[in-house]
Amino acid sequence: MATDSSSDSAAIVRVRGLHYRAGGREIFAGVDLDFPRGAVTAVMGPSGCGKTTLLRLITGQARPERGSVEFDGQEVVALPRAALYRMRRRMGMLFQNGALLTDLDVYENIAFPLREHTRLPERLVRHLVLTKLQAVGLRGAARLMPAELSGGMARRVALARAIVMDPELLIYDEPFVGLDPVSLGVVLRLIRRLNDTLGVSSIVVSHDVREITAVADCCHLLSGGRIVASGPPAEVAASTRGDVRQFMHGLPDGPVPFHYPAPDYADQAGQVR
Amino acid sequence: MAAAMIRDLIGSLQAALGALGRYALFGARLAIETPRALLRFRLVVEQVYNTGALSLVIIMLSGLFVGMVLGLQGFDLLERFGSEESLGTAAALGLLKELSPVITALLFAGRAGTALASELGLMRATDQFAAIEMMAVDPVRRIVMPRFLGGVISMPLLAAIFSMIGLYGAQLVGVQLMGVDQGQFWSQMRGAVEHGDVMEGVLKSVVFGIACSLVAVYEGYHSLPTAEGVGRATTRTVVISSVSVLLLDYMLTAVML
Repeated sequence: MATDSSSDSAAIVRVRGLHYRAGGREIFAGVDLDFPRGAVTAVMGPSGCGKTTLLRLITGQARPERGSVEFDGQEVVALPRAALYRMRRRMGMLFQNGALLTDLDVYENIAFPLREHTRLPERLVRHLVLTKLQAVGLRGAARLMPAELSGGMARRVALARAIVMDPELLIYDEPFVGLDPVSLGVVLRLIRRLNDTLGVSSIVVSHDVREITAVADCCHLLSGGRIVASGPPAEVAASTRGDVRQFMHGLPDGPVPFHYPAPDYADQAGQVR
Repeated sequence: MAAAMIRDLIGSLQAALGALGRYALFGARLAIETPRALLRFRLVVEQVYNTGALSLVIIMLSGLFVGMVLGLQGFDLLERFGSEESLGTAAALGLLKELSPVITALLFAGRAGTALASELGLMRATDQFAAIEMMAVDPVRRIVMPRFLGGVISMPLLAAIFSMIGLYGAQLVGVQLMGVDQGQFWSQMRGAVEHGDVMEGVLKSVVFGIACSLVAVYEGYHSLPTAEGVGRATTRTVVISSVSVLLLDYMLTAVML
């Protein structure tokens, strides 16, 4: 089986020659990427550069035009539905807004994958749920409804749900958006701690440079449908490439222009609609 | 000009046929999933509560008023022919065969249908379906199916309650207010209403239950993941359900008469 033969491979996710187009716009034009096993890998890039789309392609939620995406040696692109679901049971994903099921309380949200995929006795389900809630510091919030949680708490609950099936790969989609500094620090620490204590691999998609470089082992910078920089965060931050420098240091103008393409100002100002 | 009109007409026709095809495919998928979904009956019961029990007040109130109006109008009409004792029969046949299934279905589309569509639409907009998919769970099987079956089961029950309360309303006006003989009211009804009349109403309410629930879950599940998309799904649910119910009512009546 492909999975067994490649389980020693250094990369848990391998992307080769990825082409993807959405709404007539080219999102990826031949992207090659490796996500090392056991590491926290960051995918950074400006808004709209296709970071979330990349996650959708890795998890089989979208299909590329061309190219290959492998998870643990298994090609994701051609997988039939049943095999795709089997593969997803080995992944945990944290969505940008948590995506908790709004009709279930915190406890039932975390128990959801266990109840769907296993026939564990209720005592064991309870033990597993409380263990995961303890890991994210929210054991006391087990009976709250999602509407009663703050943004940071919702994301921690979603994280507990993502790890309840003991996945091999944890995927975070913009985990820091809209968090206050305290919640942000908590989520940052959790990403690192869970990666190291659970022995999983992590992919974090974000455009929060300072936060993500503090926690990642290596990072990839996406821009214009291509990878423009890869390596340890310090190395990428020290890059002299114009577009990389602009992004990493948050410069308002540079290769990515401040202005959206527009006709000449004088011409447009003279027009009366 | 004429060519453009014909082109538009053909385009609209193609779009309508396409939509009908998508509905049929989704309906077939739900039909295939039904036996498996019935095995997790607890999930279905929860949805019978959400769509059925929570619609009880509106159904009972409407049933009472429709029955009372039927009592008044029926009495007025039958009195002209000197046969006001047949009020019970007229009210029962009108309610069982026509008014209960149709009005219940229209009210169901407005109350439970919109609730279903907006709930599913919001789940789509807040990535809950994507999260469920990522947990290797099929959202149609786990989320859509119980809601669909809950609606299908609720509708005949609600229609039966509508009929019961409606008959009480007709009796209240006809017997208590207009002075129709109580014994005549009930005995004529029992004598004239046949098993087939009751079954016609039951069959209609089951068909309407399938139609309204299918429209609601289809529109909600396929809504655009935006506030506007959810709003549009809710509106389409009411419009498509109502027109479908009236169209199906005519077809079923024509077949069963």
